[in-house]
Amino acid sequence: MSSIAQNSPGKVALLMGNEAIARGALEAGVKVCAAYPGNPSSEIIGTLAGVAEELGLHVEWSINEKVALEVAAAASLAGLRGLCAMKQNGLNVASDFLLNLNLTGCRGGLVVVVADDPAGISSSNEEDSRIFAKLGDLPLLEPANFQEAKEMTREAFDLSERLGLPVMIRSVTRVSHARGNVTLDELPQSSPKPGFDLSQPRLAFPPLPNHKALHEKFEKARKMFEESSFNFYRGPEKPDLMVITSGSGYMYSREAMINLKVEKRVAILKLGTTWPLPEEFLLRHLRRSENFLFIEEVDPFLENNVKELFAQNCFDLGVKRFFGKASHTVPDVGELNPEIVTSAIQTLLNIRSISRDEDYSRRAHEAIAGLVPPRAHSFCAGCPHRATYWAIKTALALDGRDGFVLGDIGCYSLGMGPSGFSQMKTLHAMGSGTGLACGFGQLERFGLEQPVVAVCGDSTFYHAAMPALANAYYNGANFLLLLLDNSATAMTGFQPHPGTGSTATGGAAPVIDLKAICEVLGARVEVVDPFDTDEAVETILRLIRMERGVKVLILKKECALVSGKRQKKLFQVEVDQGRCLGEACGCNRLCTRIFKCPGLIWDQTAGKAHIDEAICNGCGVCAGICPASAIRKEAA
Amino acid sequence: MFLTKDPFNVIIGGVGGQGNVLASQILGEMLIAKGYVITIGETYGASQRGGSVMSHLRISEREPFSPLIPEGQADLLIALEPVEGLRILGPYGNPKIMTLLNTRPIHPIDVISGNATYPEVSRVIAKIQELSRRVWTLNATEIALEMGNPIFSNIVMLGALSAIKVLPIDRQVFESVIRDLLPSRTMDENMRAYERGEEVVEEIKKPSLCQTEGSVD
Repeated sequence: MSSIAQNSPGKVALLMGNEAIARGALEAGVKVCAAYPGNPSSEIIGTLAGVAEELGLHVEWSINEKVALEVAAAASLAGLRGLCAMKQNGLNVASDFLLNLNLTGCRGGLVVVVADDPAGISSSNEEDSRIFAKLGDLPLLEPANFQEAKEMTREAFDLSERLGLPVMIRSVTRVSHARGNVTLDELPQSSPKPGFDLSQPRLAFPPLPNHKALHEKFEKARKMFEESSFNFYRGPEKPDLMVITSGSGYMYSREAMINLKVEKRVAILKLGTTWPLPEEFLLRHLRRSENFLFIEEVDPFLENNVKELFAQNCFDLGVKRFFGKASHTVPDVGELNPEIVTSAIQTLLNIRSISRDEDYSRRAHEAIAGLVPPRAHSFCAGCPHRATYWAIKTALALDGRDGFVLGDIGCYSLGMGPSGFSQMKTLHAMGSGTGLACGFGQLERFGLEQPVVAVCGDSTFYHAAMPALANAYYNGANFLLLLLDNSATAMTGFQPHPGTGSTATGGAAPVIDLKAICEVLGARVEVVDPFDTDEAVETILRLIRMERGVKVLILKKECALVSGKRQKKLFQVEVDQGRCLGEACGCNRLCTRIFKCPGLIWDQTAGKAHIDEAICNGCGVCAGICPASAIRKEAA
Repeated sequence: MFLTKDPFNVIIGGVGGQGNVLASQILGEMLIAKGYVITIGETYGASQRGGSVMSHLRISEREPFSPLIPEGQADLLIALEPVEGLRILGPYGNPKIMTLLNTRPIHPIDVISGNATYPEVSRVIAKIQELSRRVWTLNATEIALEMGNPIFSNIVMLGALSAIKVLPIDRQVFESVIRDLLPSRTMDENMRAYERGEEVVEEIKKPSLCQTEGSVD
């Protein structure tokens, strides 16, 4: 049994932050959990899905974050505990509902976990979701590590029930994706029977009295936060400098102070409840020092809110200096790390840097500059997207009218770079390629002559592009939508979706057929296998030259990593060293210089192409690309 | 006591798809079973497959630390790929670092396309040796391929790690951890991969020039 589901209080388990959040929800007796996958949040629901059957929960991958939140909220309105998880972009999708749900309130504990991705390691933006808590007057908790992630999640359910409000937990990549020792507590054994209380309709309208009631709950939350053990002060009575921090910033600040040996001069004021601010608690500690440094990811959320609190009380508090993003003491974009915090504290205390062995560092960096090649992200060996972009590139070149590709979010976003032959020219939100195509597809009347092509993955299509496709047909837009159907939500860990025929918990589900939906929405639909390169090129070319209208081409091929888990390679691929003519071929090394599959490498010594058997997935696409027919594939 | 330093900092680095994250998870589980407090920070996400991937492990007898190791403070580097090992020494290395290296290269797409060159592996090893106090090597990928699947190379590396005796791990704790963590049908193969790693790993000695420095232990 996975330790997540074990009722063994006191046991220490190695849990990832996201697993700890899942465990915290279980310890709180959660019954309904829903999400749309998105890194760095995906493992929360993934973990719960794995134990759903055993523990009798409903866990689902919903079609998008708004629906996920509605599903979890329904549990709450029926008196059960509900959890909804998402990444920062997901909160934008869910926010329309969330900013009405705050007005109606909830009943059973409802916790909304948002895992932010500072620096956008696996995201198109690095949005700070905490601003939504402020926007919606919602209580906000920020865990600093895995153990706290579990404790906070469990307490968030109680808090939510006591306030009758959804509670937001904001994690970040380095909390969600960090692992460590987590001490488990008890799992509850009973649960209430659900029912909708007819005497208490949940109507956001009329907003004014609801808004007033929300403010009252919010004040109650502030009072509760004054006593929270998630907020604490660690340092001397009167420090020269006080670091005010939350989330991942706490661990970096601790590390910096230990390394700099400044624990007698610098204090940490660690906040776990960051909205509403525990004002009395803060005012008490603000009196201790004259200098404050804010350490937080990404926006100056604490910084601005604490300064506002200071402004309100400055007559009593006297002169203070605040450092952070506004003073350029720490960078205003990107992730934090121990170095950033260390250097900020050094600057403010004016202490000499304890630098690394400079000679070593110089030699190491020289060695890297001289020897180490860059390693760009790329599609996996055997990835259908590489074949698809190859077909797009070839078809658009043959067409010759500067057709361009509008993209969105998924593994196929790599189409913007060399791995996808730089074909993707726009990248914004989920489904935005199709939405933009609705607009570009209207511009012929103003003289636009370029063919308009959008790409969208299968999971993304269900999530956000269906309304755009309906809009296209209704308003008569002219474009070609390429649906890259790899039968998985591949980028976030191969979660199932409405087209895959299985549920989050592995049960059978009806398949919502992509082709049928597109046809019902009025598009002309064709399907090709992207590994059949010639047919894919010919079909794209034909469709972009066809009369006006919405055309959909489904490029259907399962993700190579998904099929690789289930079956052996399709083909054994080999480069015939006798046939490969190397640089003398005249193909300009089409197979490697242009195609760039990690499994097909260039043997510098031999001056010929070569299959790396540790990497090749056996898709066989490269065999069709070699003009000398030197790449051979045999059914494996 | 095994930990020469608290926290003792380990980096596992390689290329996406090499099983870096699983290796760090197994190692973390082994160390927790031995009673340590572990913090692991992992760098993966959007299609890290094909990109550089790193896990940071902090091992302590007392408390959790930041999931990112401060620059210059790694004590042990487990490199699943040669140039990735060298790349990590830049920000995180120091004259006392020890390196366990899988010598089998994976070519980045910039090398495949001819925009960059992959150096001779012997030159990479020599540089890593220059920048490390001790170095152990093996071709873990080759062993895994001989076993029929490159996926075992991370387990081969864990076997090698146990053999070099830098961390308090052993066969018994590995066996008990993977029994819980991995599918039981792969148990025998994983144990074999682990044993092969234990057998094959070898320390490469410093050239005589640096021997005095190398022998300070």
